[in-house]
Order: sequence, then C-alpha cells, then structure tokens
Amino acid sequence: MNKQTPLLQIDNLQKHFSLQKGWKSVFAPSKAASLRAVDDITFELHPGEVLGFVGESGCGKSTMSRTLLRLIEPTQGVVRFQGRNILGLSRKEFNPYRRKMQLIFQDPFGSLNPRRTVAETIRQTINIHGLAHSRQEEAKLIERTLDLVGLKPIEEYWDKYPTLLSGGQLQRVSIARVLVLQPEFIIADEPVSMLDVSVRIGILELLQGLQKDFNISFLYITHDMITARHICDRIAIMYLGRIVEIGEADDIIQSPLHPYTQALMAAVPVPDPTAAPPNLPIKGYVPTDPKETVASCNFIQRCPYAVQTCRTQKPELRFVNNRHQVACFRLDF
Amino acid sequence: MSLLEVDDLRLYFYTKRGTAKAVDRVGFRVEKNETLGLIGESGCGKTTTALAIMKLIKPPGQIVHGKILFQDRDIVSLDKEDMRELRGKGLAIIRQEAQNSLNPVMSIGKQIAEGLLVHDKIGKKEAWERAEHQLGLVGLDTKMISHFPHEFSGGMKQRAVIAMATVCRPQFLILDEPTTGLDVIVQRQLLSLINHLKQELGLTALLIAHDLAVIAETCDRVAVMYAGKIVEHSDTVSLYRKPLHPYSQALLSAYPNLKGEKKQLRSIPGVPPRLINTPYGCKFEPRCSYALEACKHQEPEMMYQDGRYVACHLFQA
Ligand SMILES: Nc1ncnc2c1ncn2[C@@H]1O[C@H](COP(=O)(O)OP(=O)(O)OP(=O)(O)O)[C@@H](O)[C@H]1O
Ligand SMILES: Nc1ncnc2c1ncn2[C@@H]1O[C@H](COP(=O)(O)OP(=O)(O)OP(=O)(O)O)[C@@H](O)[C@H]1O
Ligand SMILES: [Mg+2]
Ligand SMILES: [Mg+2]
Repeated sequence: MNKQTPLLQIDNLQKHFSLQKGWKSVFAPSKAASLRAVDDITFELHPGEVLGFVGESGCGKSTMSRTLLRLIEPTQGVVRFQGRNILGLSRKEFNPYRRKMQLIFQDPFGSLNPRRTVAETIRQTINIHGLAHSRQEEAKLIERTLDLVGLKPIEEYWDKYPTLLSGGQLQRVSIARVLVLQPEFIIADEPVSMLDVSVRIGILELLQGLQKDFNISFLYITHDMITARHICDRIAIMYLGRIVEIGEADDIIQSPLHPYTQALMAAVPVPDPTAAPPNLPIKGYVPTDPKETVASCNFIQRCPYAVQTCRTQKPELRFVNNRHQVACFRLDF
Repeated sequence: MSLLEVDDLRLYFYTKRGTAKAVDRVGFRVEKNETLGLIGESGCGKTTTALAIMKLIKPPGQIVHGKILFQDRDIVSLDKEDMRELRGKGLAIIRQEAQNSLNPVMSIGKQIAEGLLVHDKIGKKEAWERAEHQLGLVGLDTKMISHFPHEFSGGMKQRAVIAMATVCRPQFLILDEPTTGLDVIVQRQLLSLINHLKQELGLTALLIAHDLAVIAETCDRVAVMYAGKIVEHSDTVSLYRKPLHPYSQALLSAYPNLKGEKKQLRSIPGVPPRLINTPYGCKFEPRCSYALEACKHQEPEMMYQDGRYVACHLFQA
C-alpha cells in the first residue's frame, strides 16, 4: 500500500515474563514456566498511518506497547524506528527518540498528578525537555497546545485541577501533554475505553485531526472493533501475544477470516432492539496457563474448528491477498 | 400496580460551589417482569437515581422532594431497620464498578453466602450450598467457590457480583453499568447472562448504561436522562425507530456503526451541561439545533403522546 520506508519496523518481537517464584527462578529457570505476553510479533507502520491493535484483555497489547517504547526491555526482537534499531541504543543514544515516540494511557484519572493544574502539567513537560527559552515562549506553547486539543476557552482550563475536570477533558489534557513534544509516533492505549460513548467520539475526532494535520502515526490499541473501524487504516487482531489477522480496516470488518476476529465482531452489541442477539462462536476466557499452548496454535482451547494440525504446529501469518494476512490452518484446507 | 414508582423525585447535592440538582423532578414506573433502561451522558444523574432508590445517598446529597414507592411503600420515609429488611430480598443493586470492590480477603463463596445468612435465616451449610448453586447459575465453575477475588478475571468477578446480588432472589434489581469497562467478548457473555437470568428468575430490573446498544439488547423500555431530568421515556423499539427528543436523536445519530457504510464520526456539539446554577428553560437548549425562543425561558413539561413521554417544546400542543 505504501512504498516509502516504514516509520516503524517490528521483527519477531518477544517479551516473556517468568512465572516461577523464589530461588528456583534464579538457579534453575525453566522455559515452560514463562508467560509469553508478546510471543513473536512482526509488522510495519508507515508515516501518517493509523494501525489498530484489537484483542481481549490480557492478550498482550499493553506489554507490546511498552516494549516498543523501551519502557520495558524485550526478551528478543528488533524495533526499527526510522530505520534504526532502537533496542541496541544506549540510554543516551535513545534520548532523542524518546521525544518522538509517545504514549497515551487508558486511565485519564490515574495518569495526571492531582496536585498540578492543567497549565502546570504541560509546563512540566516543557521544562523537562527544555522546549521553551523564556516564560513568554512557554506560555505561548501551553496556549497553543490547549487550543489544539480543544480545551477552549483556554482561561477556563488554565488553572483548573484534575478533580474538577470530566473524563473527556482529562484525556484531552493527557493528549496535550504528549502533543507539546511534537511526536512523530503516538501509541494510544485504549484512550477512550473509560469514557462515555458520546465523549469517546470527541476524543477520536481529535486524534483523527492530529493525524491529518501533523501526519502523526498512531498505534491505536483497543478491544472495540467499532472505534477501530472508524479511525484505523489497517487493523491487526491480536491473541495471546501474536497477530492472528492483519489487513486494511475495511477488509477486516467486511470479511474477517480468523475465527477469533469473527468472534470479536459477533461480540459487538447491536443498537437495534429488534435484532436477534448474535451468537458468540467461541467460549471461555483468555487462558492463563501458558503451558498448554507451547506447541499448538495459541487459540486452540477456544477454537470451534480446531483440527489435528492445530495441536502440533503454530500457524504463521499468510497472505490471502496482497493486503490481508491470516494465521490459521483452516485457510489451507 | 407498578412494582416500583418514582414520583417527582428531587435530589440535590449541597456543595461549596453551590447546589447541584443531580436528580430534578424525575418520575417513572417499572412494571413487574420488565426491564427499564436508563441512559444518558456521564454525570447526568443515573447513579444518583439508583442510589436514591436503594436509600444509599449520603450527605451532601439529600432527597428534597418526591416519593419512591416500592410495592406501595414509600422508601423515602422508611427508617434504617425497615430498609435493611428490604435490601437483598426486596431491592438489590449491582453498583457501578462493583467488580473492583469485592472483599480481597474473603472467598467468593463466603461473600455470596453472606447475603443469605443476613436475610434468609438459614444455616451455614445450606447457605454454602446455595452459594455453590448460584455460581453455576451465573456460569462460573462451582469449584471456584473457595477461591479469592484475585484469582478471577474482570469478567469472572462481574459474574460473581451478579451472583451475590441475585442470591436472595430480589424482586427488583438495579444494574448500574454492568458491562462498562469490560472487554467486548466478556461484555457479550454478560449480556447473554443478564438476559438468561431475566427469564430464569423473572427479574424486574433497572439497567443503567451510557451505551445505546447495551440498552437495546436488554431493556423493554428506556428513559433518556439529561442534566438530572428525564427527557424522553418510551418502549425501546419506538425510541430506536423514531427518537422524539432532539437529545435522543443526537445520541442515536452519534452512535458509530460496525456494519454498513462508514459514517463520519460526529459528536454531539456543545458542552455537557452544568448541574449548578443551571439556566432557566430547557437544559438541552444550548446544544439543540431545533431550539425555539420558548426553550430559553420555559422548562418543557413531560407530555404523553401515543404511549410515549417526551419533554420538549417541539411537541407541546
Ligand atoms: N510485569 C508483569 N509480570 C508478569 N506478567 C505480566 C506483567 N505484565 C503483564 N503481564 C501478563 O501479560 C499478559 C498480557 O498483559 P497486557 O497487560 O499486555 O494485556 P492487554 O492486552 O494490554 O490487556 P488489557 O486489555 O487488560 O489492558 C497478561 O497475562 C498479564 O497478566
Ligand atoms: N457526593 C457528591 N457530592 C457532590 N456532587 C455529587 C456527588 N455525587 C454525585 N454528584 C454529582 O451529581 C451528578 C450526577 O452524578 P451521577 O454519579 O449520578 O452521574 P451518572 O449519570 O451516574 O454518571 P456516570 O455515567 O459517570 O456514572 C454529577 O454531576 C456529580 O458531580
Ligand atoms: Mg492493556
Ligand atoms: Mg454512574
């Protein structure tokens, strides 16, 4: 779809957490006793692109985000940002990248300091990164940023403390704090899932506008297919640390091929009281015991179509057409 | 006779910054075996209405006017002792974010059985057995009865909470945002469970949500709330087919769709209302694209028309 060099290239990214406790984990660490929260992820993100990552709670979305930004160190893999492997960089070499890559959190209530006003929150970021050379410049920058995120009239928000703001307004402050750094890449980790449906749309409109006006690339993390459909160019479906399907948003929504994607679609509630409630094709929960899927497809316990091959091998992503990939043995039959 | 009738309820919070009219002249009825949905933006007074029915409002909140009749008894004037009697078997509530306030040091079984020991005057053994049965009813493995909350996922906790609220077979159940914040697959499973329990236990319920689709899938009738007031009240099918109040229309048209042609995302213009020092007239007037001169000065009365209620000057004869 896009011939320019990718902004971000992820290759075989993995992050395992040890499940062993006590001395054994130090002297006799065992491979089986680790949780593969990110179990081999490969994808590219192009400049100005919005790529959605959709999956249930616990499937590794946040762990992957943190690993990409080096907030936690990966077990294995390569993360290239503008062609450079940032995982190999020293702390000092990594510093200039830190500003370009930013994260917006799910919980606007917990991610802001309650003792700082809106202006102070943004001022702190400005100071940490030395973005302004005078008081005046600083005030201008805060003003412009508040304007960008739609906290208007500015005077009304300048001196407000977080407790006096609504969830949607708080999320705008978190976005402002990130935006003042002029990032090229933003990971929005469930930025609207704590918000009311009608407030949600406003925040998504804002993110969409930023992508258009400043050509910022986004990873939009969510478990909600509806919002993903509306703001993403492409969507990746994630299950237990792997991408099971990835493609253009329209293709994923109109012809979901992986049984897990189909389940995510069927789960969406329908705003029509006369519609028959959809049947969920899968059962149960995201399994918590990683041992059971060491050799098999990660989706095996919940898959209604599993066959013998699925028990003994892991399916790789394969192209079904030049813009749509799926990891499922059923497509070979 | 309705099982629950709320009549001209006014509940204010007396804060330093002024009086917030969180519930203002609210009235509705819930008939036996039906589920009423209450929908509206964050802060419009849904939870406050629910807590008033349970008599769980604490200062600075105060009921200043109105009646809440449950089986013809006025809850507003009941004393603590009578109210304790009524909770559990008469009225029960699943509070917003209840799944995060389970007792971390008590087993799920004990937490479910607790309600039975208080209200049903039965022995420990029988209570434990009924708690076990209850777990099965909400789709949890009965072996989990002696497990602790930290061993449960978000969706499993919410099932446990539903088990707790329904163990005494309440005649009226309030579910305050029962699926909010949980992921879609868990939400789908819980919606099926709620609909199953409605059948199985013949529940009468008030279900609060800010998601139109959740209400569509679970409720027989809907009340739309805006700034402490109910602006429209009708059966679910009619409301979704032809919303009358401009706010209901805005809510429906702002709802993004999964299937069909992609709509341009469009939020409801304007800012959510304040509850302190609200202007005269219709509370939705500043955001309404059909506003008339009268809407600025005069509060619209609730009108009855073809089995539906709407409070809007556009429909006043
Ligand atoms: N520091 C850690 N130590 C051990 N396990 C962890 C750690 N962080 C995350 N995990 C586990 O990794 C898995 C993936 O978690 P993660 O938070 O990435 O999921 P998620 O997709 O973001 O879920 P959610 O939608 O709930 O935010 C989970 O099973 C989680 O319990
Ligand atoms: N203890 C309190 N003191 C002062 N004001 C309060 C208090 N509790 C609630 N309010 C106010 O009453 C109004 C209604 O709050 P309520 O919690 O009922 O809203 P809601 O519709 O349930 O919102 P949400 O969808 O966010 O749960 C809010 O504007 C809130 O600020
Ligand atoms: Mg997460
Ligand atoms: Mg509430």
